[in-house]
Amino acid sequence: MRWGVLQFPGSCDERDALAACERGGGEARLVWHEERDLAGIDAVVVPGGFSYGDYLRAGAIARFSPAMEAVGEFAASGGPVLGICNGFQVLCEAGLLPGALLLNESMRFTCRQLDLIEGPSGRLPPLGGGQSTTRQLSIPAKHGEGRYYAPDEVLDALEANGQIAYRYAPGQNPNGSARDIAGVRNEAGNVVGLMPHPEHAVDPLTGSTDGLRVFEAVAAAGVAA
Amino acid sequence: MLIRPKEGILDPQGKAVERALPALGFEGIEHVHVGRMVELDVEDPERLGELCEKLLANPLIEDYEIEQLDGAA
Repeated sequence: MRWGVLQFPGSCDERDALAACERGGGEARLVWHEERDLAGIDAVVVPGGFSYGDYLRAGAIARFSPAMEAVGEFAASGGPVLGICNGFQVLCEAGLLPGALLLNESMRFTCRQLDLIEGPSGRLPPLGGGQSTTRQLSIPAKHGEGRYYAPDEVLDALEANGQIAYRYAPGQNPNGSARDIAGVRNEAGNVVGLMPHPEHAVDPLTGSTDGLRVFEAVAAAGVAA
Repeated sequence: MLIRPKEGILDPQGKAVERALPALGFEGIEHVHVGRMVELDVEDPERLGELCEKLLANPLIEDYEIEQLDGAA
């Protein structure tokens, strides 16, 4: 598995994302925002940070970069794409994922370890050959604009289609997101975005390796083109 | 261009401003919303709507208005 991790001016989690991809057994390289060539890349990570200073709206300017144009084509052809935090915001702004991320209800930057409930992926078997189709993941979240919003009819459709990839565990919604949504996927299932940071949860030293599960799920989500 | 949160979407900035007003002696003010204003000079204003749709506003969460000030310096 060869991962490409995008790097915008203002990205700050791309190194951890590289490390997470490698820890999961893959190879990974950075893709500078002016690069348009994703040849040889099997999966893309749009990492966290503050691309282009988050001016105007988070992710609004990054979506026009050459690298994001290439990611749009890559996603359209079924390539797996993972957007984390600012990357999730970029994917929503680019129209690759439904909805938008708004200022936290508290108006404060939140930074904490929390539990996510994994939604049905349809493509990844439950861990340990288990009976349960979902699993709880311990992953940190750190953001100021993470309140997931979409109109009610869109939320209903996402639920009906199994597109809610991750929810905050009951009582742990850190930002006022609609229906406790922490992450969503597109209809085809190959593009996933979430606000919490799986790349910061890949080493027992920092308390959890559950983040690897997110990378595995994305790697498995490539649609045969 | 005046860009503001769509009606019905929680606007915590507006709420915070609204809650601060009574303490300053401003009574009887409600429905405060905080948006943003973008000023620019343009020769042909025809495509400003498209500019708002594509970049300056996110139509899913924001409404916009275009105000033209002819001859502005």
